[in-house]
Amino acid sequence: MSDSPVSPAPARSERTVPPSGDPLVVLDRVNKHFGALHVLQDIDLTVARGEVVVVIGPSGSGKSTLCRTINRLETIDSGSITIDGRPLPAEGRELARLRADVGMVFQSFNLFAHKTVLENVTLGQTKVRKITREKAEQTARTLLDRVGVGGQADKYPAQLSGGQQQRVAIARALAMDPKLMLFDEPTSALDPEMINEVLEVMRQLARDGMTMVVVTHEMGFARSAANRVVFMADGRIVEEAAPDQFFSNPRSDRAKDFLSKILHH
Amino acid sequence: MNVLLDNFALFRHGFIGTVVLTAVSAVLSLVLGTLVAACRVSPVPPLRIFGTVWVTLLRNTPLTLLFMIAVFVAPQILFPGISYFTLAVSALGCYTSAFVCEALRSGVNSVPLGQAEAARSLGMTFSQTLRLIVLPQATRTVIPPIGSLMIALTKNSAIAGSFNVAELFAQQKRLSEIGYNILEIFVWIALAYLVITFAISALFRLLEHRLAVAR
Repeated sequence: MSDSPVSPAPARSERTVPPSGDPLVVLDRVNKHFGALHVLQDIDLTVARGEVVVVIGPSGSGKSTLCRTINRLETIDSGSITIDGRPLPAEGRELARLRADVGMVFQSFNLFAHKTVLENVTLGQTKVRKITREKAEQTARTLLDRVGVGGQADKYPAQLSGGQQQRVAIARALAMDPKLMLFDEPTSALDPEMINEVLEVMRQLARDGMTMVVVTHEMGFARSAANRVVFMADGRIVEEAAPDQFFSNPRSDRAKDFLSKILHH
Repeated sequence: MNVLLDNFALFRHGFIGTVVLTAVSAVLSLVLGTLVAACRVSPVPPLRIFGTVWVTLLRNTPLTLLFMIAVFVAPQILFPGISYFTLAVSALGCYTSAFVCEALRSGVNSVPLGQAEAARSLGMTFSQTLRLIVLPQATRTVIPPIGSLMIALTKNSAIAGSFNVAELFAQQKRLSEIGYNILEIFVWIALAYLVITFAISALFRLLEHRLAVAR
């Protein structure tokens, strides 16, 4: 590969809080099958506290499944996952407690359709964290303002645009004061003009030092907000690198092929 | 002579009997049906097996046979001296609960999986997820079939008349013994049932409008 970068050198990382290097999530030789399909093959991945890891790769590469195994929405067949030094417990109260510390944002938003925006953000606080209603509402309103949908608090999710719904979903996850946020293709179901409003909220979160695992197709976000890019294909982690290095000088042929398809058209 | 006016007290007694029998059995079937549905969708295998056995046994047994078991067998081995009314409520309530369970389960399946995943991701337990997120959204889908089940329950309650419970249909026998025209008796009894079933339809239509969830 030539020394000249494929594209202009990206702006320096916007992050002001450097990752500490203390591991928060550790995946060790994780394997998973869907029937005959080996979706996760010997996955080793460590996410440090404060780090933003962006997982990219072609469809069907297992990146969403990887993200969902971290809070055990998908079970694994072998290997181990530890969060903050504790292995993921089996289904039950213990797991529920752990999930409360791990925020999850879905591709299809999954806001509770029968609850208002405000109730969506207070429900976890009052029912799981047992915080009083007044305090929960105060936190919820602050967070809704922060993601720019404070004026929509009394509406139902169906009355909001996709971008607004996704920002409410981020506020709902943040309301639990999580140690870690998982984003499973948060902008893939959005109209193009709404993608940026969601990415901006995520960039802000990254700047504030939140530990994040983000599965996305948004290369611009990966360049500007990630500490590390993880490239997956066919159930394996093919390449891990800093974003500048990955986008300008990918090592593997698979990554070169992927990037040539998405960056040149 | 007029069957209805001459025997109004008898009709009223039967009418109230049917309403009470239906109402108590309906409450029992809704409570049991919800619990059994929760068992059937729970992650705990023994509970799932219990739910499946409950539904399979009760749904596939003729109601008359259930009444016979409730009235002739149950008091012998389990509860001596229990009233016919209680036995009839148990038979009707348990029988209908199997159908209510299946209606609720179809409603639970109609709620997108992402709703439960989002609830679990927030750290809610299985019962919180079901109670706070899934069942409230399933309710609207299940209102029409449960309305039909409650109407069927009203009509099924007629079987209790053959087992010593004072209800509407049983009055027919007494009146025809007195010598009234059987056709006339049946018309009045049918109208009385219509009053109850129309009231149930109206109640469920109202609920359906109240519980609309925008998606």
